[in-house]
Amino acid sequence: MPKVTVDGQEIEVPAGATVLQACELAGKEIPRFCYHERLSIAGNCRMCLVEVKPGPPKPQASCALPAAEGQEIRTDSPMVKKAREGVMEFLLINHPLDCPICDQGGECDLQDQAVAYGRGGSRYHENKRAVTEKYMGPLIKTIMTRCIHCTRCVRFSEEIAGVDEIGALYRGEDMQITTYLEQAAAHELSANVIDLCPVGALTSRPYAFEARPWELKKTLSIDVSDAVGANITLHSKGREVMRALPRVNDDVNEEWLSDKGRYQVDGLTKRRLDRVWVRRDGKLQPAEWTEAFGLIAGALEGDKASIAAVAGDLLDAETMFAAKALVNACGSQLTEARQTGMTYDVSNLAAVNFNSTFAGIETADAILIVGSNVRWEAALLNVRLRKAVKAGAKVYIIGSEWNPTYPATFLGSDLKLLNRIPKELGDVMKSAKRPAVILGAAALAKGALPAGLKLIDKFGLVKDGWNGFNVLHISAARMASLMLGFTLPGGMGDIAAASPKVLLSLGADEMDYAAFPNSLKVFIGHHGDKGAHHADIILPGASYAEKDGTYVNAEGRVQFAEKAVFAPGDAREDWTILRALADALGVTVGFDSFAALQAKMIAAVPALGEEGLADYGALPKADAGAKFEGELVGYPIKDFYLTNPIARASEVMQRCSDELLHGADVKEAAE
Amino acid sequence: MADRTPAPDTPELRARWSAFAWTPENKKTADWHIAKYPEGRQRSAVMPLLDLAQRQVGAETDTQGWLPLPVIEYVAAYLGMPVIRVLEVASFYFMYNLTPVGKFHVQVCGTTPCMLRGSDDIIAACKKRGMEKGHVSADGLWTLTEVECMGNCATAPMVQINDDNYEDLTPERLDAVLDALAAGQTPKAGTQEPGRHTSEPSGGPTSLKDMVSANHDYRGEW
Repeated sequence: MPKVTVDGQEIEVPAGATVLQACELAGKEIPRFCYHERLSIAGNCRMCLVEVKPGPPKPQASCALPAAEGQEIRTDSPMVKKAREGVMEFLLINHPLDCPICDQGGECDLQDQAVAYGRGGSRYHENKRAVTEKYMGPLIKTIMTRCIHCTRCVRFSEEIAGVDEIGALYRGEDMQITTYLEQAAAHELSANVIDLCPVGALTSRPYAFEARPWELKKTLSIDVSDAVGANITLHSKGREVMRALPRVNDDVNEEWLSDKGRYQVDGLTKRRLDRVWVRRDGKLQPAEWTEAFGLIAGALEGDKASIAAVAGDLLDAETMFAAKALVNACGSQLTEARQTGMTYDVSNLAAVNFNSTFAGIETADAILIVGSNVRWEAALLNVRLRKAVKAGAKVYIIGSEWNPTYPATFLGSDLKLLNRIPKELGDVMKSAKRPAVILGAAALAKGALPAGLKLIDKFGLVKDGWNGFNVLHISAARMASLMLGFTLPGGMGDIAAASPKVLLSLGADEMDYAAFPNSLKVFIGHHGDKGAHHADIILPGASYAEKDGTYVNAEGRVQFAEKAVFAPGDAREDWTILRALADALGVTVGFDSFAALQAKMIAAVPALGEEGLADYGALPKADAGAKFEGELVGYPIKDFYLTNPIARASEVMQRCSDELLHGADVKEAAE
Repeated sequence: MADRTPAPDTPELRARWSAFAWTPENKKTADWHIAKYPEGRQRSAVMPLLDLAQRQVGAETDTQGWLPLPVIEYVAAYLGMPVIRVLEVASFYFMYNLTPVGKFHVQVCGTTPCMLRGSDDIIAACKKRGMEKGHVSADGLWTLTEVECMGNCATAPMVQINDDNYEDLTPERLDAVLDALAAGQTPKAGTQEPGRHTSEPSGGPTSLKDMVSANHDYRGEW
């Protein structure tokens, strides 16, 4: 623990800290461009110069200088001020003065730091350098003349994403950042380089020239595009969500966000259900709320209990609780959230939870992934796994091959090989200090959960302070639905067998509607997708951006999202629709406001009232007779960019899918 | 500064170079270079391998050699590293030619000491022979490049032609060197000044004169 003096203030800093970190600990602001907490240190922008004694009588780059015992650091001396002004002047030599037309304006590090640490005016009268634009795909817009060569984007793609595709070609003032042959940056986290770029060189292509940061209303929300539950901020202007940016949460998403979570928001304004529709003579036609409610009440005439509810993948806990309350009030128990028909046992939630936690899995030293394409099913978790591998973890994967971005051994796709553990795998797992197993959705669909629980004892997954048994869901609503008991032992099969007169589909777009030929299908949702096509009655609901709600991610973390904008047209927040429907059906659900609904939900499931990890207790005893059966053929996600109705409605996601996954040539013509 | 843009990625380029692979001899050399580095650090061999590839391309095309994109990709695959990382190296160092060059790559130093000693005349002499900066001459023999300091300031002006330096040049001496090369001979590398051996002071020693013939102890004289 070296002691250093920063501007006369003596502080103790952790061993291994840099001078820059020491200054920050002392509360000093150090300007920087290339330095980033989560990336390796490059030391090439020189903006973080400070004066350090003992040492050479010149300013030193504090980001790359280790703090040592007895250092005297000055961040306020004339030398430092002059050095910063000098560096800033050099940076601005070739930086265009186009802030008024630059999308980074208002949230630009260079702009802010030029104001704070730069000279008053320019002394440079020569020609500036110009750099040709580079194509980096449908998400990243480049204006490379603005680039100051901090190489954050290069380091991000190499170190975090694990897809080496951005590089710095040529040298000196000719240095240019580009991808190989200007191919599109094609991975799930590519757009994070836009956040990392300290200037306007890499900006968001879909968001180009849409809004200025100071015009936007920022709302704290939760990403629903996968079960990671990334913390996001929705930036809205008027009634439209303009963009989604990640928030820092070291436990969940660090400060990254998958491209889908970031760019599906343009789907929020497209293909929306904004009025009531009723099917008459085989065609959906516009209708009024009262007419729709009347039809539903009529269908249930005399047999109120013949009602069932199926929950979609994007739902908040409140909506599901309200639906369950309604169905139960009618006297029915038919509720199911696993719309694709999975039937795993949910009597013990610890057995279907990501117990290691996302932050914890980084410390695992042997990982077995069974039936999960983690890169597509939880892109941000894959970043964690990559970190674990970098720290020395070994990864084995059972399932069809995919590119994990880190060294991993594919053992084949036959689940049965886990009945007799291959020796190499067994040795590695048993000798590991923190072994972990991740069961994916593909494995759950094959009924591998009971046999998977046997691995706990076989590999010693549970140790003091370590729980290595993990199930990885792909639906944002899944854990909340399980906590609410929104399931049946036989899954969707039970509901189909009951053949309910009314089937409430709460944004369930992936379910099989053909199994319900005799039901009145009522779709309560926000997008005109598969569910709406099959519906007899459509009641327009709100998307995740348009309602307050509680979400629980795959690791059982309860998180709260706020309403950013109002739903379009006649659309209402889902719980109000269900509340009104209760009146139409003449039953009481016991809440009249969102607060009352939430209070009732928390009374029923107290864990949902507390932000943070829910406690699911101990893992169950495995059934000794359980066996792995079947072969994993593919994964549930066939197209990373089009997994939910919002993403499918999004032009940006559609373009990503066409171009990055299916190789369509939709490059924009040069202007 | 010379244009360092790689030759465009055309179907013709792919057709010509996609099948590039080490000759058995070069494969041995490549593996020998790789073996110099510890396990897991094989990428360190990227520079000698690029040079080797350039020389092999040179041997195939009877030129100094250059690095077409498919060859760069081959080297990347051979070392198991991303292509962009190899291209970064190849585009950084001047010794790698990213576009085709002639049989003799005439690199004229134009940095200050050479310029003061007449490199402008040298470049003019080259141009008079039909060379053009960055282009291969019509007969396929010459490519002219102006480069920065080659570290031969004491014998300026100088040119580097493929692997050899020719120093103390005048337009006439350069012509003699180039004529000899064109005729298939091997002119004497190094200084072209008669009576000069390497970079010793021209016109005889100017300091430490007593040291020329035998060791002399200057210490008493300071």
